[in-house]
Amino acid sequence: MREVAVLGVAMTKFGVSEKTNLEMFAEAGLEAITKSNVEPKDIQALFFGNCLGGFEEGQLHMAPFAHSELGLPTSAPAVRFECACATATVAIRQAALLVAGGIYDLVLAGGTERATIMGTPLATRTFAMASHAQHESTAGITFPGVFAMAAHMYTAKYGVEFPELKKHTAEVAVKNHRHGALNPKAHFRKKIDVDTVLNSMMVADPLQLFDCCPFSDGAAAVVIAEVNRAKDLVDKPIYIAGMGQAACGGLYLQRDITRVRAREEAARQAYHQAGLTPSDIDVVELHDCFTIAEILAIEGLGFYEFGKGYDAATKGETTFGGKVVINPSGGLKAKGHPIGATGAAQVTEIVQQLRGECDERQVEGATVGLVDTLGGDLGTVCNIILRS
Amino acid sequence: MAYPITYDEYQKNLEKGRFVGLKCKKCQTVSFPPTAVCRACGATALEPVTLGGGGTVKTFTVIRVAPEGRKPPYIVVMVELDEGPFVLGNLDGIQPDQATMDLIGKRVHMDRHLVKGDVYSGEDTYVPLFRPESS
Repeated sequence: MREVAVLGVAMTKFGVSEKTNLEMFAEAGLEAITKSNVEPKDIQALFFGNCLGGFEEGQLHMAPFAHSELGLPTSAPAVRFECACATATVAIRQAALLVAGGIYDLVLAGGTERATIMGTPLATRTFAMASHAQHESTAGITFPGVFAMAAHMYTAKYGVEFPELKKHTAEVAVKNHRHGALNPKAHFRKKIDVDTVLNSMMVADPLQLFDCCPFSDGAAAVVIAEVNRAKDLVDKPIYIAGMGQAACGGLYLQRDITRVRAREEAARQAYHQAGLTPSDIDVVELHDCFTIAEILAIEGLGFYEFGKGYDAATKGETTFGGKVVINPSGGLKAKGHPIGATGAAQVTEIVQQLRGECDERQVEGATVGLVDTLGGDLGTVCNIILRS
Repeated sequence: MAYPITYDEYQKNLEKGRFVGLKCKKCQTVSFPPTAVCRACGATALEPVTLGGGGTVKTFTVIRVAPEGRKPPYIVVMVELDEGPFVLGNLDGIQPDQATMDLIGKRVHMDRHLVKGDVYSGEDTYVPLFRPESS
């Protein structure tokens, strides 16, 4: 297998956008291509993420349209990926695998999503389509509902009582909003406090509005190349040190949903390939779709023992100057969560962190970063470890 | 390979109030809803087994922001059935605003209710509906 590196990265501002899915993706894609010091005609394949285009714009088969919007050559195939919220990370991993395998030398990967145009009732319905259509969605489970059930199970399993756990999960939101306030591309740039979270409307007990990431619009894209090609093109290629991906079935088959088995396996693969351990990681962009989700993730990625990560944000261990900086971008919670683009935005943030380009939210001296993206009701997790 | 119990057969059993799963002939693990392959050992030699319907609540939530077409609030529970499988369903007999952590560990009994399909899912579906055993 050949070594693989990331060249140019880019994301649109996340939030509510009047632009189409294709326009957002072209904006991010062209910036990533330009920053890589190549032209669209040099790109050999497009690995394109989008989840809900059929509901957002009545658009399926979006990849070839994104391809032509960017002016890519006819010889470059364009493929759409859909792995719920993990979509773009999976697209990037597939791109990296095919570059590593010698099929392509230079590819574009990323994703786009225009979720807000659906409105909350339809968005809630379509997001719930990532649960098992016969055995789970029919019970009316929602995306917040899945993590709400995980939160209740966590409380019962580890004996961390309410309201204590609620206070600690609120601190995750406070921390990620504080980070997001430093990110010009974030959906929300407003600091909040614990009371903001605890006084917000209940969405799915025990998760309140400010425990939840927003529906967002946005796109992100990255250029990936074989390492020697990358060194010729850019000053600071960022190397893909390790990757992992794993799958699980529905919640009823997973049983103990305080443990995300797909993450434990994906992370094991990524650490193994990179020859690294959790203590080597300086900065992490992980899947905080809900506050409890960040706690499950820092445990599943090995930064904390199971049942011990719930008060990490309260203790200041996951912010700047702490044990490991989690979600300096603001995470899904504050940066926003356009589901088909999220993974590419996470890779974008880590690459920029490792290049020292993050200004006020720069993690000082960061040389190794981890991306963690979870899809659906814990069914897909994809991890990528990057190093400078 | 033929499905031992198809989704349609599972639904017809539910409609009649019969909870029919599959038992692995090799490791005895019970699956419900029925799966074509034993989740525990990967075997495909499975035989139908009728479940008693008793179980214990493992976790729950109250849905207050519902998908299009559903009327909140309502309770979703994950129950461990006495024969071993976990199943997702709804809970009746407790008001959503009365649903607290005391629910976890509570004994429940399985029934079913009909959920109307929508423009995306098409068909109406029988869904497990649990009630506290004492009520």
